[in-house]
Amino acid sequence: MKVLYFAWVRERVGKAEETLEPPASVRTVSDLMQWLVARGEEYASAFASPRTIRAAIDHTHVKPDTAIAGAREIAFFPPMTGG
Amino acid sequence: MTTPVTIRIQSADFDIAAEIAALTKGNTDIGAVVSFSGICRGGEGDKAIAAMTLEHYPGMAEAEIGRHVSEAIARWPLTGVTVIHRFGRVVPGDNIVLVLTASVHREAAFQAAEFLMDYLKTNAPFWKSEQRTDDNTVWVDAQTHDDNAAARWKK
Repeated sequence: MKVLYFAWVRERVGKAEETLEPPASVRTVSDLMQWLVARGEEYASAFASPRTIRAAIDHTHVKPDTAIAGAREIAFFPPMTGG
Repeated sequence: MTTPVTIRIQSADFDIAAEIAALTKGNTDIGAVVSFSGICRGGEGDKAIAAMTLEHYPGMAEAEIGRHVSEAIARWPLTGVTVIHRFGRVVPGDNIVLVLTASVHREAAFQAAEFLMDYLKTNAPFWKSEQRTDDNTVWVDAQTHDDNAAARWKK
């Protein structure tokens, strides 16, 4: 699946997107964040306060307990500040 | 009849009068147009801003705004909606966002414009960073009062 990062999440991770294949044990958005944190310091820093981070699956906002099965694109970003 | 909808995410500026003219042209069912424009301020509290950069999530920005426009059309008798949101670098005084809502009478147009702006602020995937005049660049924090403003429209 394609994983995208925006704003300060992108800056901390150090990349805008990557393709990842998490193991089957990674079931939800929240699981995916925990799995990412274990990948390295830059992820640990980006996801230090997971409750602040918002997520979207295939262009739709989702909650942390949403299953990621079948997702083509998952994005992580801070609360939005447009308008 | 389907309500005409225009949604554009662009780096270029927009012309408010031209957008209103495009929305109302040939449609004599419109008795009211409400226009909201969001403009880049020159400062935040005592911090002066040199410029602002808007990052967005291409694809999702259009989709998310489209969902809110559809909800507005379901809730109010609208005869036209235009939403334009800019991305990239803007300086104080520049336009950032435009919401136009048209209806037979003013009440629906006023309410729908406010609804759309409240949801745009909290749900449309855009992030502002400010370049302060002291050369610091900071990400703008989300505001609780924006969340509260959006929450009042929950049915």
